[in-house]
This record gives sequence, structure tokens and C-alpha cells, in this order.
Amino acid sequence: MNIKTIVFGVYPYIALTVFIIGSWLRFDHAQYTWKTDSTQLLSKANMVLASNFFHVGILSIFLGHFAGLVLPHGLWLALGISDMQHQWVAIIAGAVFGTMCLLGGVMLWMRRMFNRRIAVTGRRMDKFILTWLMLTLLLGLATIPVSIGHANHGDPAVMLALSDWVKSILTLQPEPALLDNVDPVFRAHLFFGMTVFLLFPFTRLVHVLSAPFGYLMRSYQVVRTKRRLA
Amino acid sequence: MKIRAQFAMVFNLDKCIGCHTCSVTCKNVWSNRKGVEYAWFNNVESKPGVGYPKDWENQDKWKGGWKKINGKLELNAGGKVKKIVQIFANPNLPQIDDYYEPFTYDYARLQNAPLSEAAPTARPVSQITGEKMDKITWGPNWEDDLAGEFHKRSQDRNFSNMEKEMFKQFENTFHMYLPRICNHCINPACVASCPSGAMYKREEDGIVLADQDRCRGWRMCISGCPYKKVFYNWESGKAEKCIGCYPRVESGMPTVCSESCVGRIRYNGIILYDADKLLDAASVDNDQDLYKAHLDLFVDPYDPKIIEQAKKDGVPEHWIEAAQKSPIYKMAVQWKIAFPLHPEFRTLPMIWYVPPLSPVQSQIDQKKLPTEADGVIPKADAMRLPVKYLANLLTAGKEEYIVSALNRMIAMRSYQRSVHVEGKADTRALDAVGMTEDMAKEMYRYLAIANYEDRFVIPTSHEEIRLDDYHGFQGQNGFSFGADASKGYGTFALFPERRTESMEPREPAPLAEDDR
Repeated sequence: MNIKTIVFGVYPYIALTVFIIGSWLRFDHAQYTWKTDSTQLLSKANMVLASNFFHVGILSIFLGHFAGLVLPHGLWLALGISDMQHQWVAIIAGAVFGTMCLLGGVMLWMRRMFNRRIAVTGRRMDKFILTWLMLTLLLGLATIPVSIGHANHGDPAVMLALSDWVKSILTLQPEPALLDNVDPVFRAHLFFGMTVFLLFPFTRLVHVLSAPFGYLMRSYQVVRTKRRLA
Repeated sequence: MKIRAQFAMVFNLDKCIGCHTCSVTCKNVWSNRKGVEYAWFNNVESKPGVGYPKDWENQDKWKGGWKKINGKLELNAGGKVKKIVQIFANPNLPQIDDYYEPFTYDYARLQNAPLSEAAPTARPVSQITGEKMDKITWGPNWEDDLAGEFHKRSQDRNFSNMEKEMFKQFENTFHMYLPRICNHCINPACVASCPSGAMYKREEDGIVLADQDRCRGWRMCISGCPYKKVFYNWESGKAEKCIGCYPRVESGMPTVCSESCVGRIRYNGIILYDADKLLDAASVDNDQDLYKAHLDLFVDPYDPKIIEQAKKDGVPEHWIEAAQKSPIYKMAVQWKIAFPLHPEFRTLPMIWYVPPLSPVQSQIDQKKLPTEADGVIPKADAMRLPVKYLANLLTAGKEEYIVSALNRMIAMRSYQRSVHVEGKADTRALDAVGMTEDMAKEMYRYLAIANYEDRFVIPTSHEEIRLDDYHGFQGQNGFSFGADASKGYGTFALFPERRTESMEPREPAPLAEDDR
């Protein structure tokens, strides 16, 4: 078993297992720690710009990855989207939202590192995970020129290989060999990305799982009773 | 009709001396932890002044509370969709400096400074960064006793539609204290603003709490509360607020701020209201009608029909008795001398205030002030505090309610003065405001004597309706990091058998060596 098999055949399962079981355990046993950990109270300056850019960027990127890598390839073909169109949409959306996320992220990173209040009161993990996310993002942005190169030659092979690899992982039939002919920058991005899942339960990132869509459905007032209801 | 009981308070501002005992007691009990150094669940403001946090009454700026949009009641900061859109950065959130940067002093320096000609000083140290601060420029009570320039204090919103320049004159200046805690509103905007559903109102007593486990720190409650009485703990990342001292109240004890009040200005009790009518009450068109609508929510605890309905809705028998003896009901409903703070925020707040009298004795002695029939007690509208200011604070600007309340309090004094000084009851002042002698005597007992058992009529709670072992629960409630005061969470769990619905009984403390 070589290093590639371990990183792209075994590591994904370690990361996903820790992601799921870890998050579940934390939610169950330490819900008090399950929070956004907002620092807006301590320093508001530029937060409307920085935080919105970062969050809208990163969530859009996540949805883009989900659509491109997890949803079945046949779905897009059935919708009449050819592989090349698919690739160009991915390149453009990735560039736009990636840049947005980068702008917001750099502002947040500078704030976290150099704003005295934020730097002193923040946890080490906050600094680490934000740095890690930014590195992952930079690697992701670095794949764009490579992808443009492929697209200009009308070659969707790398995109399809990546998507097939993700499916092979998710269907529990890992085929790390699919990544053999993929440019190294993609593999680096993949490693960093998988590590985000691994780290997820130990960071403030968990708050994304509590995105409060239920708020849209509920009535404004919440009343709790001590009576045993039925 | 749906009858609910609400734990409520009245603060008699006429007797508040601004000693801050309530604030200090509360701070020592509930918020002396890291992350909430800046948070005062109870604070006492000097009015006129911009208050804590700065300019909190200005909802054009903070967008707290409710407003009517197209005939419908809506959160001032916008509805649910807007809240979700603004969740990444809440544009209406105060920064900690709007409260103040919490600080301590480098006391150790006073003892360990090297020998020097000048005396060592203890420099202020920020409790956020731990670094020395050059200068403290704001604090929790910066304007105490009218400190600071008038033009800064006069930014006070209650001066709106008043000619405030004349109050700059020393001869015309006025001053009052305004102690503030969470209002445990009947229509709380913090609860409505909470995306996680962590903020809630308790059905039994109406106390509003923030579930520490379910709070995710979306910080919408902080800006949603128009009184700025929900605080963000920057250490824990959770919302914290006045908990109405519910562990004390459940045991029949007054809140710790009320218990410690040296001026005996605080009254605790419950009041019954019709929960079906609350939306209509909060939605009346005219801001100035809100006080009346709020008053109409309260029901008569002596009415047999109400009692029957209350029992049907689960209000225990002795809670109904407590509602009948409630000092809150007497002051707010029967005597109409207490008012909600800023009813125009439309949250239906449940801490009510008796407006202060402010006679100027020297001017009365010099016969410069118009007085009542007895020639000694001044007229309500000739006091030092402008009625308009009090009305802006307590009745959305409608002066007649304030004048009526002040007149009743003056009449009570006039009557008591005649009894105790002249030795002969003079009821002219009472007759003028439609009061009976019995009413005046009772008001005197509650306001002037203010016995403990008259001030605090608090029925105990019924833990047995939810706990299997309520003895095991005794003494285990408080500001805890969980939802042990209610079932805050679902039953979906990885290890369901470990989940307990209440705190487990505590191990008895080990005996001291001597006791063995």
C-alpha cells in the first residue's frame, strides 16, 4: 500500500468518520460548546463586509463542490449541460465565489491575528482553522488556471476523474488510482479539504450544522412549560 | 380566554436613592464571570442621560423591539428572512465599547513597585486584552448623579419634543434614578428574534430565559431587545440575561436585587393576564394607547369566572390567591400609579415604575410654587421633573396618565400630613383625584411603610409537576450550563440511556474532620 492509497483510499474514511461521529458526540455531550463563537461584540469594524463575503463565498463554494462532485454526473447530462459547459460554470463560479471568500477571509484572518482584542481572546484552534481554510482556499484557487488550461483544450477528463473518485469514496468502493493522472495541485487541495472534515468537530465550524432554517417556520414567541404534556 | 400568570415587579422611583446596591448584589450573584464583566443585568441610570449602553432608547439607531408595518406587528429590525440574511454580521449589534470596555486596576503595583519619589499608581487594565489602558473614557455608570456636560446628557431620547435648553440652567436642572433590569416582557422581542429558539418564556411565571445549551450565538436577541438587557458573553459565546432570580422566586423568595434594596422600592408579585389578547394589545395603532391596552390585558383575580378559567388553564390555587394579594395588581391596576417603561417598544414589559415626585421644598416655603388646597403640597405639574419627560419615559408621551398618578401620590401625602401633623383628616385632596380614605391608607402602607410581606407576595413553584424526584432537585438550580430548568432539547441522542431529564442528585458534602 503506497502513500497515495493511504491518503486517497483510507484517509477519506478516517476524515468522514471523525466528522460524523465527532460532531454527533459533541452535539450530544457538549452542546454548550456548540456555537458560532462570534466576536462581533468585541470589534465591529468592517464585519458586515468581511463576514458576509467570507460566509457567502465559502457556502457557495461548498454547494458548488457538492453539485459538481456528489450529485450524479447523469443528472447534469439529462439537464442538457455538457461536460464542457459544466466545467466552465465550475471555473467561473469557483473564481467568483473563491475571490469573494478570499477577500472576506483575508480581512477576517488579519483581524484574528492582529486585532488585539480578537487575537488575545480567541482560542488557538480559531486561528489554526481559519488559516487552514485559507490555505485550502488558496490551493483551490490555484487549480483554476490548470482547469482553464484543460477547458481550453476541450478536455473534461480531470473533472470527471475527480467526480468519479468522490463517488467511489461515497459508495464505499475507493479507487485512489483514479487520481493518478490528476495534476498535483488538485491532490494537495483534496488533502487539505479532507482535513477540514477531520478537524470540523473540534472547531467552531460546527455551527454550520445548526443553520437556523427552522426559524422561518416557527412562530415568533416560544413558551416552554413544566407541565408534562400528555 | 387563556389565563397565564406573570411574575412582575414595580419599582417605586419616588424612593430610589441611586445607591446601586441592587446592581452590585446582582453582579456578585450572577455576572461576576469572565465574558460578562461588562454586563449588568441590573443597572441604575441617572436620568437625564444617554444610559447603558449609550443611547439604548434610540430605536432609530438600534432597531430593537417591534413596530407596526402595514398594519401588522413586525420586529423593528425586520422579519425572519431579513434576520437570516443578516446572520453573518448583525448590523444592529452594539460593540462592547457602547457599554464600556471592562477594566480592573493593577493593584499589585501599589505593593510591589520599586522605591520611587512619587507614589505608585494602580493603572487601569482592560479585562478583555489584559493590557494597560491609557484612560478610562466610559463606564457602566459614567453619568452618575448628572456627571458630565449637559449637552452630552441631553442626547437622552426622552427629551424629544421638549425644549431642553432651559434645563441646562442650574436652577431648572432635574434628576432622577432609573434602575433597570430585564422586563420579562409579555411580547418579548428577544425571544422572537432568536433564530435558534433558545430564548423562551416560561409558561408558569412568564420569566424569560436563554437556554445556554441551545443558544448558538447568532446574537439577534442582543439587538432585538429594545432595552438592551440581553448580553453576549464574549467568553462563552452565548446570550446571557437577567434570569428573574428564578431559583429564588421558585422558592418564594424575592429576587436578589429586590431583597437587597435598601430603599424598599421594589415590589415582587404575580399578575394574571389573558394570553389570547396579547397580540391585539401589542398591535394597537397609536403608541399612546399601548399603556391602556397593556392594562386591559390584566384580569381581575377576584372575578369567579376568571378564577374558574385560570384553574382550567393550569394556574394553581395558591397562585390565584397570590394574584389577589399582589402589590403589582394594586399599584398598576387598582391605583394606576405604576407604568411600563417605554410602552412604545411594544414588547409589553412587566417591570413597571411609579414615577418620582420632585417637590422643591425651599420654593414651597417661599410660596413660589403653586400648591394644593392645604397650601403645603405642590401641584403635580409644578414639580422639578417635567411631566413631559416622565411621560416620554413611561407612557409614550401621554401626560395625563402621569399627572393623574402624581396627583394621587400627592393626595395621599396631603391626607397623611393632615392626619399626622394637623391631627385632623383633610380629604380635599383625595376628593379631587377620586380617592377614598381607605385607599389612601392602603397606599400609604404599601408605598411609605412598605413592609416585607406587602412588597413580596411570591407563590412557590410546583417542581413536582415535572420531576420524579423533586427532593433530589432541591438547591441545584441556578445559572447552569444546561437546560435543567426546562426540557430544552430533543430526545435524539447517540447514547440515549445517559440522557437525564433533570440534574442528578448531588452527592452529600463530605463531613469535616471534627464532625466525624
